[in-house]
Amino acid sequence: MAGFDKVVSSYEEAMHGLKDGDTVIAGGFGLCGIPEGLIAEIKKQGTKDLTVVSNNCGVDDFGLGILLQDKQIKKIIASYVGENALFEQQLLSGEIDVELTPQGTLAEKMRAGGAGIPGFYTATGYGTPVAEGKEVKEFNGRPYILEESITGEFAIVKAWKADRYGNLVFRHTAMNFNPLAATAGKITVVEVEEIVEPGELSPSEIHTPGIYVNRVIKGSFEKRIERVTTRPSK
Amino acid sequence: MSLSREQVAKRVAQELQDGYYVNLGIGIPTLVANYVPDDIEVMLQSENGLLGMGQFPTEDEVDADMINAGKETVTAATGAAIFNSAESFAMIRGGHVDLTVLGAFEVDQNGSIASWMIPKKLIKGMGGAMDLVAGAQNIIVTMTHANKHGESKLLESCTLPLTGVNCVKKIVTDLAVLEVKDGAFHLLERAPGVPVDEIIAKTAGKLIVEGDIPEMKFD
Repeated sequence: MAGFDKVVSSYEEAMHGLKDGDTVIAGGFGLCGIPEGLIAEIKKQGTKDLTVVSNNCGVDDFGLGILLQDKQIKKIIASYVGENALFEQQLLSGEIDVELTPQGTLAEKMRAGGAGIPGFYTATGYGTPVAEGKEVKEFNGRPYILEESITGEFAIVKAWKADRYGNLVFRHTAMNFNPLAATAGKITVVEVEEIVEPGELSPSEIHTPGIYVNRVIKGSFEKRIERVTTRPSK
Repeated sequence: MSLSREQVAKRVAQELQDGYYVNLGIGIPTLVANYVPDDIEVMLQSENGLLGMGQFPTEDEVDADMINAGKETVTAATGAAIFNSAESFAMIRGGHVDLTVLGAFEVDQNGSIASWMIPKKLIKGMGGAMDLVAGAQNIIVTMTHANKHGESKLLESCTLPLTGVNCVKKIVTDLAVLEVKDGAFHLLERAPGVPVDEIIAKTAGKLIVEGDIPEMKFD
């Protein structure tokens, strides 16, 4: 009897059940707070025709970018894909489909999806190409567009710490989209730096309650930085 | 003389007020942080989930988990808060951010802005720009007055895909400070030594010039 113990011991087990054509919602902002080992496992499994929902698509040789190398992604829903030459190539050649989505709308699509809310109205994108084909409704004299929420067969998440029950704590700005992605997956898999026993995390400090989480695996992370910017010491 | 990037940032910084929560876009807007007047406090919001962005870290302080929306390593200022992306955009869309400063390719006389896409050339995505222009109480655009071919970027109507409609309140260019209201650009200030005629010549949209236009002042 596993009870609430969500911990799995292999990446294979962590991503078990992922099929061709699935939608995968990924946490991360640029290369910050990305589930590095889970992405590597998807590459290893070779799953094809994926729809990936993520703010960005990594860089050519790291993060979600590595799934482009073997053309595993059919479609990406993202707000900014400018760091990735391979992506641009596949977009121009028509091998990949992209749905550019405003960053706040993307976050809200995940949040709403996880909360059982099928859509919402927002002023963001009204009058722009984003609004094409979408319902417009006025509230208090201002036009808003209808955006539909997103859920996926899988969510892949990176957290700092988890307890065995899947309660999560994120660290600094590596939080970003991760708590939202965690709510929006039918199967939510979390890769963490440290697994602790239930009770070791204070209930008040938990960012994502374990109810959203199906599997937890301890990873090791490269944590590549896109732009190291520093000031001189003293 | 047209303004340098630093001077544009310096002029924008004069618009900051004590107690403002401010989101600064990439490029010239980022430089505004260097010129916050000493006698006021502002808090910088970075849309990846940080309110109270501090300075760059020293080499020893660099932390991969601590970045800004430009994916640069940063520190948290005293009194900062960190939160998820939905929370971050709740404060943006909910109108809680006092001022947004961002760059643009074009602005038109109705305050519509194009800043994210050049069809067939540049398709990187809008990031948070559409949310910011739809949500901020006050939006200042920084850009050069004309492009490198000398064509005006202040238009009657934007030609590129829009980021947002009827939202820009003020523009600080390398030549001028302009207010956008009632379907026109209103010239408020000119860069030191730049004649009004040059600004008129480089503004394609409707431009209102009333009375003597003062030069911008820098300390």
